[in-house]
Amino acid sequence: MDFPAFLDQLWLARIPLLKGLGVSISISFLSIVVGTVLGVFVGLALTYGYRPVQWIVRGYTDFIRGTPVLVLVLASYYVLSTVGIDLGPFQAGILALSIFCSSHVGELVRGALQAIPKGQTEAAKAIGLTFPQTFAYVLGPQALRQALPAWVNTAAEMVKASTLLSIIGVAELLLRTQELISRTFMSLEFYFFAGFLYFVINYSIERFGRYVERKTAVPS
Amino acid sequence: MTQTLLEIRDLHKRYGAVEVLKGVDCTMAQGEVISIIGSSGSGKTTMLRCINMLEEFQGGSIRIDGQEIGYETVGGVRRRKKEKEIARQRAMTGMAFQQFNLFPHMTAARNVMLGLIKVRGMGRDEARSVAEKWLDRVGLLSRMDHYPGQLSGGQQQRVAIARAIAMNPKLMLFDEVTSALDPELVNEVLQVIKGLAEDGMSMLLVTHEMRFAYEVSTRVIFMNQGRIGEEGNPREMFVKPQTKRLAEFLKSSSFN
Amino acid sequence: MGYSLNFAAVWRSFDLLLEGLALSLGLAFAAILVGCVIGLATAFGLVSKNIAFRKPAGLYVTVIRNTPILVLVLFSYFALPQLGVRLGKIESFVLTLAIYSGAYLAEVFRGGLLSVPPGQREAGLAIGLTEMQIRTSIILPLMLRNVLPSLSSTMISLFKDTSLAAAIAVPELTFEARKINVETFRVIETWIVASCLYVATCSVLAALLRAVERRLAVPR
Repeated sequence: MDFPAFLDQLWLARIPLLKGLGVSISISFLSIVVGTVLGVFVGLALTYGYRPVQWIVRGYTDFIRGTPVLVLVLASYYVLSTVGIDLGPFQAGILALSIFCSSHVGELVRGALQAIPKGQTEAAKAIGLTFPQTFAYVLGPQALRQALPAWVNTAAEMVKASTLLSIIGVAELLLRTQELISRTFMSLEFYFFAGFLYFVINYSIERFGRYVERKTAVPS
Repeated sequence: MTQTLLEIRDLHKRYGAVEVLKGVDCTMAQGEVISIIGSSGSGKTTMLRCINMLEEFQGGSIRIDGQEIGYETVGGVRRRKKEKEIARQRAMTGMAFQQFNLFPHMTAARNVMLGLIKVRGMGRDEARSVAEKWLDRVGLLSRMDHYPGQLSGGQQQRVAIARAIAMNPKLMLFDEVTSALDPELVNEVLQVIKGLAEDGMSMLLVTHEMRFAYEVSTRVIFMNQGRIGEEGNPREMFVKPQTKRLAEFLKSSSFN
Repeated sequence: MGYSLNFAAVWRSFDLLLEGLALSLGLAFAAILVGCVIGLATAFGLVSKNIAFRKPAGLYVTVIRNTPILVLVLFSYFALPQLGVRLGKIESFVLTLAIYSGAYLAEVFRGGLLSVPPGQREAGLAIGLTEMQIRTSIILPLMLRNVLPSLSSTMISLFKDTSLAAAIAVPELTFEARKINVETFRVIETWIVASCLYVATCSVLAALLRAVERRLAVPR
């Protein structure tokens, strides 16, 4: 391994690599945001929806969770253009990851809401709160504490999943790395470098998750 | 002259900086039944657990039948014996625990058979017939194919005693065996222990059941702050305690 | 939208999809088998009192869990040859997935080991069993029962990860689906069928593992 040569190439390729990193972060960020918003609705529907609504949403989440993310990405990329919705690979990829994210967040929200003892709702009713009030002041805050640490983990999952968009040609960090390797043939060095960058990002998220866990713990 | 079974000399045990046993000496003859009483934190359970090396100890020695337990001194250096040797020595004693500690994934019979097969090297059939004998002895022959989760606390503890006694130990250790039981289940377990005592089994019992200690023991040891505070014949000790500590302890416990 | 569903082309290639699925299952089975051995050894390292075992085990789990699996897959296949390690596509992928799954399974097994009460070990010691005998006769059987629910979800997610093998052209289900997609242009049909195969396999796996769980459950 020729370390100075690697540093040379790294310096030469700094702009595309940084752009790739930016794209990776944008993909992760957008799909987490969209996926979380969708996921909260999914979770609410799973917990409080009318029976038929519950069944449909349950079918949706089970189907998504039974399908590999890569299949979602490929399907979203190929299918949308076939039906005449012209999205670039970037948008199609984000759509797939958001859907993936929404099923996970949906399960998280459902789990968190159902973990709240029934007595909480009863106590809220007993002091005369309406359901929206109960949700806003009693159930929501408790569910948030419960779900937050796992949600941070989901964010790390999304960063990892963002690499899959390289397969449909989105120029994120991994694809930029591959392009660089095809020019320099330094596969060991640059895969290692990319892996290290992802590790740093995810490890920071993981540490942040631990921190959130400590912060959100109800004092007792 | 009866033979010495257990000999504890100057036993010291520390957890970090806290010394829980500060030099315990005790000699026990074959066939004796000794109850160890004392308030919690007095070191009575720790002493029992040192005898079968569930706890390490830093000073002193324990001998069973003349064999030094757990440690050996080679060239002036004290060191822990090999794991295999300690396992063999542990099998010289049997132990029943406060929380029973039955293996939940095995039937009552297989709980008893495990040590017979793995440690004593018995075949399955022989082990099964020994298990039958002892489960019958504790009155649970009909439950031998039940799992621990299907038995009451008292029944579980009787299986645990059968598991220990089936190994044919020289000495039985009982660690607060009735403390986790509902009051109505205590007696069935005490009856089993009483029966073993009548058969001449050597036993050391850590117990809170003062009435039982009084009835069944040949000797009582009162532990106080990591030392033996007082010992003697239960009839004399319980009626005429020599130390203020024991008098206070007896007053606060249920014995009267 | 000028697209009407027509599954005929996909049915004609259904054999290919099934062959792909069989290979996916084979990859998952081989990788998880090796992964379980790695995971178990690592789990004992993670709960060890000896720092010489605990630290390396912890490092392995942290690094793998925070690195995207696609990076690992590409690294093993394209970069390892640079170090003189030349493996076929399938061997390379199985090895990568095994090492990847080992880290996740280690966490699962670690939880299982911690869930066995210390009294169980003490009871084993008291009847004269050696540490090894205690591990095989008492701790492992109990741990296995405790971890089955989380083991099953980890295994299903690892099965889905076999789709990543498509990235190095291993002809498993996702790879075949993509091929059929490109050859027949029956885009929607292909991805529906492929997804359904994944979802159905996941459900069957889940049901099988639940049956094992019921079978092994300790009667009470």
